[in-house]
Amino acid sequence: MMGRRFWSGLAVFGSFLYFFLPLLGMFMFSLRMKRGELSFEAYRVVLTDPQFQTTFLYSMILALITIVFGTLISVPTAYWVRLKLPKLRPVIEFITLLPLVIPPIVIVFGYIRLYNTSSVLPLTGSWLGTNLLVLFGYTVLSLPYMYRAVDTGLRAIDVATLTEAAQSLGAGWVTILAQVILPNVLVSVLSGAFLTFAIVIGEYVFAALLNLNTFGPYMFWMGGNRAYEPSALAVIAFAITWACMGLIQLVSRFSKFSQVKR
Amino acid sequence: MAFLELEHLEKSFGATRVVKDFQLSVEKGEFVSFLGPSGCGKTTVLRMVAGFETPTSGGIRIDGQEVTGLRPNQRNIGMVFQAYALFPNLTVAQNVGFGLRIKGQSRSDIDRRVTEMLTLIGLPDLGDRYPFQLSGGQQQRVALARALAPRPRVLLLDEPLSALDAKIRVSLRDEIRSIQRELGITTIFVTHDQEEALSISDRIVVMHQGVADQVGTPFEIYNRPTTRFVAQFVGTLNLLDATVLNAATGQVSVGGTQVALNRALPGDGTSLSLALRPEVVSLGRHEGRNLILSGRIAEVHFLGSVIRVKVDVAGNMVSLDTFNRPDLPPPAVGSAAEISVSERDLLVLAE
Repeated sequence: MMGRRFWSGLAVFGSFLYFFLPLLGMFMFSLRMKRGELSFEAYRVVLTDPQFQTTFLYSMILALITIVFGTLISVPTAYWVRLKLPKLRPVIEFITLLPLVIPPIVIVFGYIRLYNTSSVLPLTGSWLGTNLLVLFGYTVLSLPYMYRAVDTGLRAIDVATLTEAAQSLGAGWVTILAQVILPNVLVSVLSGAFLTFAIVIGEYVFAALLNLNTFGPYMFWMGGNRAYEPSALAVIAFAITWACMGLIQLVSRFSKFSQVKR
Repeated sequence: MAFLELEHLEKSFGATRVVKDFQLSVEKGEFVSFLGPSGCGKTTVLRMVAGFETPTSGGIRIDGQEVTGLRPNQRNIGMVFQAYALFPNLTVAQNVGFGLRIKGQSRSDIDRRVTEMLTLIGLPDLGDRYPFQLSGGQQQRVALARALAPRPRVLLLDEPLSALDAKIRVSLRDEIRSIQRELGITTIFVTHDQEEALSISDRIVVMHQGVADQVGTPFEIYNRPTTRFVAQFVGTLNLLDATVLNAATGQVSVGGTQVALNRALPGDGTSLSLALRPEVVSLGRHEGRNLILSGRIAEVHFLGSVIRVKVDVAGNMVSLDTFNRPDLPPPAVGSAAEISVSERDLLVLAE
């Protein structure tokens, strides 16, 4: 009994060291920009850098639009599959998992080949086209998280009966989706959304190959040219990701109507 | 012409015919129950009226309007489900007002109607609660209010009481009936519980394997079942094997006793089943019940006010009820007993 407890304790301690020591080292390093003292100088430099502000804002907007796209695709699809095409579920699930198996570089190369300036649909030739392309790419990347989250959320409600109840009260499909289904899976949509946000904020491959000045390429450029600021940037990126995960927890805990029956 | 007309409704899922040539006319304000075991097609008929299933053939008319091709949200029908199906993200008041909001009514109209409906179901103070904060019975009452709020032409109730516990089931059943009477709304009620159907309905449709076996008032259904299935499904039924002695005079033999039924029967020598309800049988001799059969007490169940006794009459189990009498202990199992019955209470069942 004692032996087992010792070994599991050791495993926990070991993984703690494995995960947190590098973070701690990076954090300590990021505080040493000023010689001989610990300061947040690196953070000040990063946060006041106009490059940081524009790229971060840009990535944030892309993330938000991606979330909207992802929601508009995932919620109706997952809903329809659950309601009318339950046999297709494994197929759809497989498709939504594909982005985890196909590297982004393959997708973006495919995009560039298909939509280059000499193609029928020269999306890469214009600012709007390139941005649309990167948004579509990000939506694809977010699908596994978005779709699964929504699908799990739908499992918790009686989709078929709620739909019929709404129909008998005169509601059409759009009303049902917007006023009955979406509000009831909002917590799941939000948890998918935060994951999407974290992915898009740090995304590099799509942005670099489509030549967009988002946060990912900025971080990469920082890493190659500065000493202390990249560490500060990495800590900030971690903080954002963790904040997102914390928000997922928060949202699911404080949702006012999905509490467990007391 | 009746208010709700179902004409030659048929429904097949693949090769299985779930509903076969179903016909029914429901008058305005009538309360009709579909009664039958699970899988008999009663819910399918209801769902065709609601528009959730499309009939394979046949037509549905409401108030003279052909609705067979209309989508569910165009039919103006109220529906209550077994699983309540309240919208979990909306409060009670918002749930009740949902249909009115879809119709685009003004806020003040909605508020007035919601208050009216919540008063009608006896929950005027619970408008701000969420469904998860209510008991099952309260949720189902809210679902009823929600279905009634947009003033539907027809109210459909799909086993609304099955998920509730016994006491609430009875009280809510009475409440549904009184609300239905008050509003005079045409109602179809689906249930597999015969007591529910008998107590609540103007008319009952007993369904069996996709066919409406018998349509009639609860009194007719119970006392004059026309098929063996109806007789057995509704109420408790005792069956006695009998042999026809004389078809013309209606003489049969039951366990060696000759009985004159005074009605035409199939040919001599054929065997048939006579059915009788527990309440038409008396233990011992009884005035007006001059057919005496002797047997042996097989089982005695003391149920409080009622004692249910099973008597073995020449191999047939006859179940009968007697009232409890404090001065008379129940009969002992195994003792000899006589039962008396009036021959006009014996039903001859068609196969």
